[in-house]
Amino acid sequence: MAGSTGMRRLGKDAVAPRATTEPRWVRMTLTGLALSFLALFLLVPMVLVFYEGLRKGIEVYLAALVEPDAAAAIKLTLLTAAIAVPLNATFGVAAAWAIAKFEFRGKNLLITLIDLPFAVSPVIAGMVFILLFGAQGVFGPWLQGHDLKIVFAVPGIVIATAFVTFPFVARELIPLMQEQGPEEEEAAMVLGASGLRTFWRITLPNIKWGLLYGVILCNARAMGEFGAVSVVSGHIRGLTNTLPLHIEILYNEYNFTASFAAASILTLLALVTLAAKTAVEWRLARATAAMTVEPEGVPERRAA
Amino acid sequence: MSSRRHSVLPGFGLSMGITITYLSLLVLLPLSTIFFRSASLGWEHFWVSATSPRVLASYRLSFGASFVAAVINAITGLLVAWVLVRYRFPGRKLIDALVDLPFALPTAVAGIALTTLYGPNGWIGRWLEAIGIKVAFTPLGVAVALTFIGLPFVVRTVQPVLQDLEREIEEAAASLGASRWQTFRRVLLPPLMPALLTGFALAFARSVGEYGSVVFISGNMPMKTEIAPLLIMTKLEQFDYPGATAIAVVMLVFSFIILLGINLLQWAGRRRAAA
Repeated sequence: MAGSTGMRRLGKDAVAPRATTEPRWVRMTLTGLALSFLALFLLVPMVLVFYEGLRKGIEVYLAALVEPDAAAAIKLTLLTAAIAVPLNATFGVAAAWAIAKFEFRGKNLLITLIDLPFAVSPVIAGMVFILLFGAQGVFGPWLQGHDLKIVFAVPGIVIATAFVTFPFVARELIPLMQEQGPEEEEAAMVLGASGLRTFWRITLPNIKWGLLYGVILCNARAMGEFGAVSVVSGHIRGLTNTLPLHIEILYNEYNFTASFAAASILTLLALVTLAAKTAVEWRLARATAAMTVEPEGVPERRAA
Repeated sequence: MSSRRHSVLPGFGLSMGITITYLSLLVLLPLSTIFFRSASLGWEHFWVSATSPRVLASYRLSFGASFVAAVINAITGLLVAWVLVRYRFPGRKLIDALVDLPFALPTAVAGIALTTLYGPNGWIGRWLEAIGIKVAFTPLGVAVALTFIGLPFVVRTVQPVLQDLEREIEEAAASLGASRWQTFRRVLLPPLMPALLTGFALAFARSVGEYGSVVFISGNMPMKTEIAPLLIMTKLEQFDYPGATAIAVVMLVFSFIILLGINLLQWAGRRRAAA
């Protein structure tokens, strides 16, 4: 918990001064309203996914997951994340190192530019790569001449996914490393450690929880991306269908059970992501609290 | 620049090189092709493509429904943040973690789940239908999906600020005779405003470009329930690249304005915190 004034530590309603809290019925009403809203918008849709997926029995559910097209979609989704996430993690560490450890002009502009993919509609993100690599695109004729295919093929899916998940790791690490400052690394260098050794022994242990946090979020989005991938994939079953696209096709064919069965996998992934994220947040808060001397300004949670 | 030269740390050239190269290749150059493409359209062609009645209707729906959803999220987000920070009840930490579900759940999954839920035979849709409210395949359905998508933003921007507010100022207000509501309005709400507006803007910006969760529930009728990103998709499928580019440019310019506004808000928030 951030802050530790004596007042707050009293905690329990019974001892909280009446002047700075609400009457019991107000508290109950507000809590009830907030929980009902969350139940309606978060809990019920999630329960529904599993209910619809399992409605026709466990055999039908499992059959929907092992049929060849579903298996191919799962494989492609994993492959895409396995390429896009490490790329963006490497970039994130490099960008955070440059931004947090050095002073240069245009730093704020660079930070804003890194956030840019979050401001772009996924459909536009996909469209950009059609304009570049499509048949009528900038590099279209050249690609065709060399018999290369990027859009409506796997490379396009990977590139579009890398685009939409681009900022996740960087935007976690930049504030974290800025807060840590360059002093520890400078001390290591002055004491004679090499640059690489300093990075492995000092920087990486300091940022590991932040890095993991960014990777978890990046991975969730990479596996779940729909809009951008939908534009560049061409929807070829068994070849360029990721799991989210597979769900869409089944749903549009009124094959609801199979569609929700596939959706339940991604819902489980989302739940695992949330659990891992919460665990890492907890470690991150502890690590930051241990490192900073003054108790104020300890970020208990980083706004996503 | 000068302090960099004095730094004993290595790797500025390497890390900056990787950053700039990767950023340019993956994000900046690809995005710039949209503007080059639309520039080659010619102003008149661009204007006709970007403002045809069907396109205008899609902007109206995208911006209108996003605005409604962001307003709903500003109100409920403030409420949820308040309850999570100020009150204690069993399962609070679990619910706190669950708030991020819309960030973690793939949009296509959210889309089919909400459509089924609010459809004429759905768990919720059937009751609403009985009292004459249609949600799925109407603009209301679009707003519902966008409310889901934008739900975490306001909670997550307001929560940390609310946590750091000092109790002393509330006690001072109370001891000076302010009622609880007056204290909230006059003492608590003003410092929360930058965070609340930032969350609102983030939710709004995200909603305007949202595609996956909306296409299932909206029904996609031209002029009625067709959002702007879907219209881009349709035009791409018809190989009408100039038409798609024109809509994309309008949406991108809008996104950049919002991004600028968010940065200004956060800057104002930091100044307030520093003061």
